[in-house]
Amino acid sequence: MSALTREETEALIQEVLEVYPEKARKDREKHLMVNDQSIEQSKKCITSNRKSLPGVMTVRGCAYAGSKGVVWGPIKDMIHISHGPVGCGQYSRAGRRNYYVGTTGVNTFGTMNFTSDFQEKDIVFGGDKKLAKVITEIELLFPLNKGISVQSECPIGLIGDDIEAVSKKAAKEIDKPVVPVRCEGFRGVSQSLGHHIANDAIRDWVLPRRDTQEFAGTPYDVAVIGDYNIGGDAWSSRILLEEMGLRVIAQWSGDGTIAEMEMTPNAKLNLIHCYRSMNYIARHMEEKYSIPWMEYNFFGPTKVAESLRAIAAHFDDKIKEGAERVIAKYQAMMDEVIAKYKPRLQGKRVMLYVGGLRPRHVIGAYEDLGMEVVGTGYEFGHNDDYDRTIKDMGNATLIYDDVTGFEFEEFVKRVKPDLIGAGIKEKYIFQKMGVPFRQMHSWDYSGPYHGYDGFAIFARDMDMTINNPCWGKMIAPWLKPAEPEALKAAA
Amino acid sequence: MANIMIQRGAKSDYVFYLPKRDLEDAIVSMEFDTPEKWGGEIRLNNGGSYYIEPQAAPAKLPISLRAKRLDAAE
Repeated sequence: MSALTREETEALIQEVLEVYPEKARKDREKHLMVNDQSIEQSKKCITSNRKSLPGVMTVRGCAYAGSKGVVWGPIKDMIHISHGPVGCGQYSRAGRRNYYVGTTGVNTFGTMNFTSDFQEKDIVFGGDKKLAKVITEIELLFPLNKGISVQSECPIGLIGDDIEAVSKKAAKEIDKPVVPVRCEGFRGVSQSLGHHIANDAIRDWVLPRRDTQEFAGTPYDVAVIGDYNIGGDAWSSRILLEEMGLRVIAQWSGDGTIAEMEMTPNAKLNLIHCYRSMNYIARHMEEKYSIPWMEYNFFGPTKVAESLRAIAAHFDDKIKEGAERVIAKYQAMMDEVIAKYKPRLQGKRVMLYVGGLRPRHVIGAYEDLGMEVVGTGYEFGHNDDYDRTIKDMGNATLIYDDVTGFEFEEFVKRVKPDLIGAGIKEKYIFQKMGVPFRQMHSWDYSGPYHGYDGFAIFARDMDMTINNPCWGKMIAPWLKPAEPEALKAAA
Repeated sequence: MANIMIQRGAKSDYVFYLPKRDLEDAIVSMEFDTPEKWGGEIRLNNGGSYYIEPQAAPAKLPISLRAKRLDAAE
């Protein structure tokens, strides 16, 4: 099916909205738009970061997910206590595939679940005593931890526990940072506020800790911020930066340590990959420590080269030369990847629905493979995300904010994309509908996708999914229309 | 009163940022913009306007300030 025109797309949105009751239709209408590249400001045509409608199927997470799951969780040498009932921590444990180096349970704790396991009596009598006990126990059992963070679950805010007081006291006792994070799940409309709260906690409890300490800096120190090392993403990004002559002094927070975070104010430039979850801290460091920051995009060779040059522009000729050297070095490898996969993927159409940075960042990588992104949307994006997306998307493509299960299904039925990239909650619905699907939150158990090495894997994965022979076997043999006699004879 | 941040922009002179609402926008006009007197009523690209107590121009940007909302866009 060829691409929809603007009128057809508009009609499609109206058609999908028709089933809603009047009030819900009015609300949802504001979250759906047809892209128009001439628009400077997204807020005139799309509303975002609003509470989801009760009754629709949203795939958003909560503030706890944004803080513990995204920002704090990957800091490998700290222990993150899921403070509250046991489920939140257990069901989010190790699901995001933030790879790290270290011996789990000895000096790193990324895939483990620590919880205060609230019972009724803790709700009734308060859980502060239990928290203090948990911290003491952790210190006894895991003496090599470099710090503890207390990630509040909903009940903590509801019963009014004073986790700050417990944390301060415990920090003195164990002589390590103990960071209380007020990321109760009910705060905000999505995980986005959790990111913000987590950033604020880092600002208040982590960054100032080594303000007076000496640091043997170089003019080429940078910090990689907002790369969570999913499937090894941060590693495949870091080698490129190091190859061009920069020194990466901190990784936030994939494969990161608390010491790196404390040292970040010594960086000369903060590189932000996930703008949505880490821009707050970058803005703070710009104000307090005068560190400039920039967004970059390491998906697909075109965007990598663009970003490497933009990063190098902040430094002297040595780095600029280094960037060109790195780009030239990998060009042959990239040409080979594109030569192999582009003929198999050319012209395929993709719909995305992810969070954070990907709805706009991966567009370039698909375009490098000759594919076209015909619809995109954020689970929890804000208007500034959409401002940036409008420029990257083609005209008359669909943009949907916090799309509901029903809307997404209807869009897919009509737009008929060749590939969908979304999360695990959408995955099996679309696979059962017979549409090739990649889980783009944690790269469908593959990765890395960042950098040049990542692009080779990205291209292979997309080919593997779209050209998988299983999609031709969706209809049971006895339900298939009869084959012509000639073909049968030939077989 | 709201906590806001003012920074230098690539296209416009100043960019306004309201962390609480994640609102980032260009400042199209500022009532006073001299080294001695800086601030006053500021107008945003989206139509909103805020008031900053006039003060000496900050030595470096970005800077966090308290601002009064006069007229929000939304």
